[in-house]
Amino acid sequence: MDINPILLLAALMVASTPILLAAIGELVVERAGVLNLGVEGMMIVGAVCGYIAGHSSGDPYLGFLGAVFAGAAVSLVFAVLTQFLMTNQVATGLGLTLFGLGLSALIGMRAEGTPDLTVAKLALPILSDIPVLGAILFRHDLVVYLSILLVAGVWAFLTYTRAGLILRAVGENHEAAHALGYNVRLVRVLAILFGGGCAGLAGAYISLVRVPQWIDGITAGAGWIALAIVVFASWKPWRLIAGAYLFGGVTVLQLNLQAEGLKIPVEYLSMAPYLATIIVLVMIRAGRAPASLGKPFHPSS
Amino acid sequence: MKRRTLLATGAGAALAAAMGMPASAQDKTKVGFIYVGPINDGGWTQHHHHSAMEMVEHFGDAVEFVYQESVPEGPDAERAITQMALGGADIIFTTSFGFMDPTVNVAANFPNVKFEHATGYKQADNVSVYSARFYEGRAIQGTLAGRMTTTNKVGYIASVPIPEVIRGINAAYIHAKKVNPDIEFKIIWIFEWLNPAKEADAAKALIEQGCDVVLQHTDSTAPHQAAREAGGVYTFGQAADMAEFAPMPRISSIIDNWAPYYIDRVQAVMDGTWSSVSTWDGISTGMVGIGEVSDVVPAEWKAEAEAMRDAIAAGTYHPFTGPINKQDGSPWLAEGETASDGDLASMFFYVEGVEGEIPS
Repeated sequence: MDINPILLLAALMVASTPILLAAIGELVVERAGVLNLGVEGMMIVGAVCGYIAGHSSGDPYLGFLGAVFAGAAVSLVFAVLTQFLMTNQVATGLGLTLFGLGLSALIGMRAEGTPDLTVAKLALPILSDIPVLGAILFRHDLVVYLSILLVAGVWAFLTYTRAGLILRAVGENHEAAHALGYNVRLVRVLAILFGGGCAGLAGAYISLVRVPQWIDGITAGAGWIALAIVVFASWKPWRLIAGAYLFGGVTVLQLNLQAEGLKIPVEYLSMAPYLATIIVLVMIRAGRAPASLGKPFHPSS
Repeated sequence: MKRRTLLATGAGAALAAAMGMPASAQDKTKVGFIYVGPINDGGWTQHHHHSAMEMVEHFGDAVEFVYQESVPEGPDAERAITQMALGGADIIFTTSFGFMDPTVNVAANFPNVKFEHATGYKQADNVSVYSARFYEGRAIQGTLAGRMTTTNKVGYIASVPIPEVIRGINAAYIHAKKVNPDIEFKIIWIFEWLNPAKEADAAKALIEQGCDVVLQHTDSTAPHQAAREAGGVYTFGQAADMAEFAPMPRISSIIDNWAPYYIDRVQAVMDGTWSSVSTWDGISTGMVGIGEVSDVVPAEWKAEAEAMRDAIAAGTYHPFTGPINKQDGSPWLAEGETASDGDLASMFFYVEGVEGEIPS
């Protein structure tokens, strides 16, 4: 066996991070009762803007920051259309994906090539010296840590804070939340912006760390996986980690098994990530969607 | 409903044939290109596009150039090609294997439009096929890979299981084995021509498993980036020189040079001498170029690689020269026998020593 389990597990975390980031953003959006199918579009705009910002400034962190803003800016289009002009969320979200793919190709036309940027790995002191675990968990770049902190933060926010409670109320029953005097549209717009920012960051992680370069269509469907994982994780933050790491893990594992020359037809290995994710997440009891998910809301009604 | 659609399509085709063609043929020759990837992919599509641009420069105002990029293989390709034909194109180049059936289907509706399909094998009266003998370049890469590896493990990122890709694997393996009997190939299929994230993951997986040479039959430069980050890993440019990664990790490359062919074929349309042909050229005509072997390769091995290139160009050496057995040990080519083009075009087996199965 040439597979090194430590390297494999470390690679798993890198491969899963973009999906996890996009998924945690979408989770907040959906918990607020909005279905934004434009994750892929926001991701890829984040990818190209992050690439350009990082490349022109020479600082990858400025790249990430630019991507967050770019993703949020694109999501603002969705927010205005669905929250104020009352367009259909599904259609608008799909449109946002197509728009994002086209826009990124346009922006990225002059941005071919390879950045000379490297995002430094940040070995956490003491923790990274733990045998085995240290190499797997604690020698990554900042964004990997950030993605996990975000999940924890979102969980704490939704579970323990008043603002989180309001957001969930808006997602469960926007009429009631409105009647209680909460500004449903404001909450939703903020959630959509958060989702856009996360998707943008996820895209930039692909174009600045994982690949790292800009090529048209670089996200290659990761946004759709993120969407699926939100559903399969029953809208619960911690399960997202399980879903994303499982998907990323099996993706990396199947490549390793292929290289190993395992006697399993390659087709099965290639579909393994999707199958495994679906099976496991269905098994851990499918949850209930936020009751107002995808329904339009207007304060006058 | 169905009949009406059929009628409409037929009428459109007839209309285009009756009116569109002569009008545009009088002044400019309209040349169309259908690409599978974006024109800035850094590899396959980019080189088709560059070659097309060279053709346009050559003819100047005599041609009108249209193209559509990122056309998915499958049913949608038929729509894109039809649209281009309806738009009055005189000749249309479709530049990916998966456009084969769509091209042939559309061509049947537009008998006056010339079609050129890259890397396929289905010809028709108005459909030519053209491809390059990339396996000649693979033989040189295999030789270099066998020489340069210290772990004796060579990674291969394979794209879509078609004969062209399998020929490449076999040619590389045979020649790596020749100079390094302990060589082992690790092959990963990603089932796509271009998916940078997957290519990068595949390259990383191969490198982590000890491969210090990574060959690719995919279109992006992502594997080079992964190799550069890992350090001490050698790669080869695919379709384009990918010189921005030289001298390390990229130590040589296969460069597709379609420009002379494109100029030739468009000229034939202008002269009215176009006929359906099957072209399969290699290093000798320059359709397959070998990128400069970089200086990290010791001079002796560099000379060996260049000698092989010259021998193939001169026709004195064929990369598939027996004795070669198939993977199951059954004989394929006898001592001194060379593979026929027919055998090569339909190759769907690994040669002896390659491990694993070809996905079907």
